Amino acid sequence: MAGLELLSDQGYRVDGRRAGELRKIQARMGVFAQADGSAYIEQGNTKALAVVYGPHEIRGSRARALPDRALVNCQYSSATFSTGERKRRPHGDRKSCEMGLQLRQTFEAAILTQLHPRSQIDIYVQVLQADGGTYAACVNAATLAVLDAGIPMRDFVCACSAGFVDGTALADLSHVEEAAGGPQLALALLPASGQIALLEMDARLHEDHLERVLEAAAQAARDVHTLLDRVVRQHRAELRGGHRLVLGAGFPAADPAHLHVGERHGLHHGGGAVCGRRPCPGFCPGLRRPPQEVGGSASGLA
Amino acid sequence: MLKSKTFLKKTRAGGVMKIVREHYLRDDIGCGAPGCAACGGAHEGPALEPQPQDPASSVCPQPHYLLPDTNVLLHQIVSAWRPGTWASVASSLRLPGSLETYVEQEQGENANDRNDRAIRVAAKWYNEHLKKMSADNQLQVIFITNDRRNKEKAIEEGIPAFTCEEYVKSLTANPELIDRLACLSEEGNEIESGKIIFSEHLPLSKLQQGIKSGTYLQGTFRASRENYLEATVWIHGDNEENKEIILQGLKHLNRAVHEDIVAVELLPKSQWVAPSSVVLHDEGQNEEDVEKEEETERMLKTAVSEKMLKPTGRVVGIIKRNWRPYCGMLSKSDIKESRRHLFTPADKRIPRIRIETRQASTLEGRRIIVAIDGWPRNSRYPNGHFVRNLGDVGEKETETEVLLLEHDVPHQPFSQAVLSFLPKMPWSITEKDMKNREDLRHLCICSVDPPGCTDIDDALHCRELENGNLEVGVHIADVSHFIRPGNALDQESARRGTTVYLCEKRIDMVPELLSSNLCSLKCDVDRLAFSCIWEMNHNAEILKTKFTKSVINSKASLTYAEAQLRIDSANMNDDITTSLRGLNKLAKILKKRRIEKGALTLSSPEVRFHMDSETHDPIDLQTKELRETNSMVEEFMLLANISVAKKIHEEFSEHALLRKHPAPPPSNYEILVKAARSRNLEIKTDTAKSLAESLDQAESPTFPYLNTLLRILATRCMMQAVYFCSGMDNDFHHYGLASPIYTHFTSPIRRYADVIVHRLLAVAIGADCTYPELTDKHKLADICKNLNFRHKMAQYAQRASVAFHTQLFFKSKGIVSEEAYILFVRKNAIVVLIPKYGLEGTVFFEEKDKPNPQLIYDDEIPSLKIEDTVFHVFDKVKVKIMLDSSNLQHQKIRMSLVEPQIPGISIPTDTSNMDLNGPKKKKMKLGK
Repeated sequence: MAGLELLSDQGYRVDGRRAGELRKIQARMGVFAQADGSAYIEQGNTKALAVVYGPHEIRGSRARALPDRALVNCQYSSATFSTGERKRRPHGDRKSCEMGLQLRQTFEAAILTQLHPRSQIDIYVQVLQADGGTYAACVNAATLAVLDAGIPMRDFVCACSAGFVDGTALADLSHVEEAAGGPQLALALLPASGQIALLEMDARLHEDHLERVLEAAAQAARDVHTLLDRVVRQHRAELRGGHRLVLGAGFPAADPAHLHVGERHGLHHGGGAVCGRRPCPGFCPGLRRPPQEVGGSASGLA
Repeated sequence: MLKSKTFLKKTRAGGVMKIVREHYLRDDIGCGAPGCAACGGAHEGPALEPQPQDPASSVCPQPHYLLPDTNVLLHQIVSAWRPGTWASVASSLRLPGSLETYVEQEQGENANDRNDRAIRVAAKWYNEHLKKMSADNQLQVIFITNDRRNKEKAIEEGIPAFTCEEYVKSLTANPELIDRLACLSEEGNEIESGKIIFSEHLPLSKLQQGIKSGTYLQGTFRASRENYLEATVWIHGDNEENKEIILQGLKHLNRAVHEDIVAVELLPKSQWVAPSSVVLHDEGQNEEDVEKEEETERMLKTAVSEKMLKPTGRVVGIIKRNWRPYCGMLSKSDIKESRRHLFTPADKRIPRIRIETRQASTLEGRRIIVAIDGWPRNSRYPNGHFVRNLGDVGEKETETEVLLLEHDVPHQPFSQAVLSFLPKMPWSITEKDMKNREDLRHLCICSVDPPGCTDIDDALHCRELENGNLEVGVHIADVSHFIRPGNALDQESARRGTTVYLCEKRIDMVPELLSSNLCSLKCDVDRLAFSCIWEMNHNAEILKTKFTKSVINSKASLTYAEAQLRIDSANMNDDITTSLRGLNKLAKILKKRRIEKGALTLSSPEVRFHMDSETHDPIDLQTKELRETNSMVEEFMLLANISVAKKIHEEFSEHALLRKHPAPPPSNYEILVKAARSRNLEIKTDTAKSLAESLDQAESPTFPYLNTLLRILATRCMMQAVYFCSGMDNDFHHYGLASPIYTHFTSPIRRYADVIVHRLLAVAIGADCTYPELTDKHKLADICKNLNFRHKMAQYAQRASVAFHTQLFFKSKGIVSEEAYILFVRKNAIVVLIPKYGLEGTVFFEEKDKPNPQLIYDDEIPSLKIEDTVFHVFDKVKVKIMLDSSNLQHQKIRMSLVEPQIPGISIPTDTSNMDLNGPKKKKMKLGK
């Protein structure tokens, strides 16, 4: 795209961000009651919905069952209205298949599949609006959904894209920046260990630059992790708050260090101090079981 | 940190598309004023001055910043205002991205109005902000706009606003600034004669539509040097027909200036014209002679054969102006006390420019720089304003400056940033430097260069190996070792592209420390080199090629003459001499083989000045002499270049920097073939080889100089050789050298192309690491484009410098008569070459105030019949050479015919002892 200046002399991008800045991220967990786990994420104008079922018995041909670990089945689809021009087929095309495979690869690396041999975990992701970085949004949404389902994972998987323009690495590309045709890299990271679950790029980039683009993507992924972590904590707090209402009393209020009073769950990431702690050890057991079970056990406690 | 606002943007036609964009408004953009507590260090760009120095404006006494609006900024940027008083330009442009000053487009408001409003909001914000900053310090932001409505609105909103003119006039300390103000004021136009001369330019949108649909053609406007009423437009794109369109007459040129990108409309075939061969210069002083010009225009349209007609068009609009500041002189107006004067640019392709100045008397007789501001429809000349005074006409420094500026040669001293990347002195070769490097200090290497050469970039050696074969080495200064990719030194040399050699001056591409010391392969010191070493048999067939970075120690720096002497003298048998003899022997075989393949030997008259050592005035002219050793060095350089070209292309097929020389189209040779035919010689031009052969055979026993003349003419037929990136082109052939592939490797001190080639080769042999830009073919193509431009400009500057020194030479020498040969025949003139001085000049036969002699021009032969004498190409004539100072701007060598004598045309032979004024008058009559 000639004439479009992706990075101004003052260092601002077309949408007013600086090179390393992410778009605004908003997320919610547990959006559907039917599914075992579900989440919705908005990264700028990219919006994705993820749903997780399982672990359950292998559906269809039994032959697919793996003796030592769970089968992760990922399906990606993108709404016909997600892009500027209306799409013909919402799923099943080449791009969707490829994206499904990539997601599968990503989550096989993150989910502790050996805990559930001979079973299957389904992850369905749908993109409602595409404005660049669909893979990253899908991974982030799916991570939240998997956490919501209570499936044990090594760590969060946080993904972000990065590009390279005029000697500068840009994090979290928007559609305009992607369409300009520069190199683009997608990275899925396990932030605690710094391990890479998936790294994908199909463009020519000089190896001297790769390091910088990779670092930009990794930093962005770490930033995403901080945000997702907060979403999870807030979700937990809401659940507990909900139970307190149900049960009347007996549960401690949400840890104030983890929550900003007055913040709606639309989740602004503006201004406030970010909890720097690793995922707090208490959150996993609380989430491992679906809410109704928590309620059940809670009543058992009572 | 981020606030976001999402809004829907427009839909695009052609399959309705909804575009959703978001835009983040920032709250962290500082005001740029240092010491502002509210913004802190949030501002990263160029900061404002803490206390703007008071420019003593009468309209605004307290210290203030200026905030110009977009139009003022675009048009007045050259006005030399104190930089500190400008409010940070960047801040005014980016403020719309800031939270406080974000302005949304209102309904019914167009983009320009919104922009104006945004700037007003910014100015208001600045004023409030600065007030907050410190109450006692009366800093203010003044809004400068030339738009009346905008100013009114601003004052309504309580922003101090002035027009540019009001403000500059109020600057009591600098009255001369008003001269530099670009005149855009509307009143200015009213004084002009109300008559509209030119048709209106179409708006860009219409032009683009027209270009898309094919009714208009887009191209680069090139004014003719010889005729101010004529120009050609080179159409962009690859369509073969209508590549070049002729424009004739002021109205059709329609205010286009040389180098502009214009849109032209083709005229119907009935109005097509042929390029006139008349030489015409714009002489008129006042505006009223538009009618007279129409007369001259009619004169141009002489009847010509149908075949000669070329596509003709007219300019309908300007797509992009390519105006730059022009050098030239003031032609003072005849009217006393007048403030309007015409400015005559040195470049004849640029029209004269009307400027307004009060210092006309001081500027008279000086070289000045003027910028064009605009060209209204009712004005014969464009309007401009004075920028800078360069100095007195005729002064050597001024003239050199002018020719450097006119040819866009970067000649400022190297900046500190550039110099900081030079190696620290004293410099010596360290262990680290020796990595990946071969020690060749034991070899008997010597360099052969012209006398007085300080930037020696090549050295040679030749020795016999034990197996009876010969080892030949070409060692090139390792400039890429010192110029590391991407730093300021590298960028500056890439920008300069080439060293420019003027007659008495050298404009270096790299700082002198490198060019004349560390990189120069001087004798008896250790120097880093890039070596290309071949093993050859005695038949000069290459058996093995090796490239390596090396350290060498040259044993001797010879001149061509010294080297020749050594080879010729029988009693010298030292290592250097045997080495030279071996090289010479091989070079002869190589040359023979090359010529057999069809390489051309062309000729161009080159001169060398003998300078007076004190005044630096030229005291003698000498045509350059060619010795065997010249061609010896040349052969090995060619061989090295070809070997390297093959290697880098093998290694980097997509991004090797190569040099090609396209074969000229057959039509280029017409002049040569016709000229030769008039002498009963046949020149075959179908291939380079047949051309070379027929040139060799074209000899006349009675006319020994004929062959050289033919070769000179052949050189003029050639195309320009160019650099290119191998991934962007598939024709690599070098026509002149008859080589399938070629590059430049051997002069990295004076050519940037060689530096890139060195880097490529170093990566290819694993001696250096690669870097991103090197493997980016688009970046490489950009570099090639710049290099080609710089090389062309350097060549022109060189020629201009020679021309200037020739003038100085003839100024001191007085009037001389010399033998000359006719090179070209024109409609009203002949172009002659004087072999003794290698000087070319035009003899005119038509004058304004005298009855024209009867001229009959025949394009087919080509010949020109004047009265009873016929002139053919290659005829020997005698001309008188003198310096014409009647036009101070273009002092030139004037030539007039002495022999053959034609009554009323030629001048008598015995004028040489007349006093200086006598012949001058005569010559002035003869001129034009």
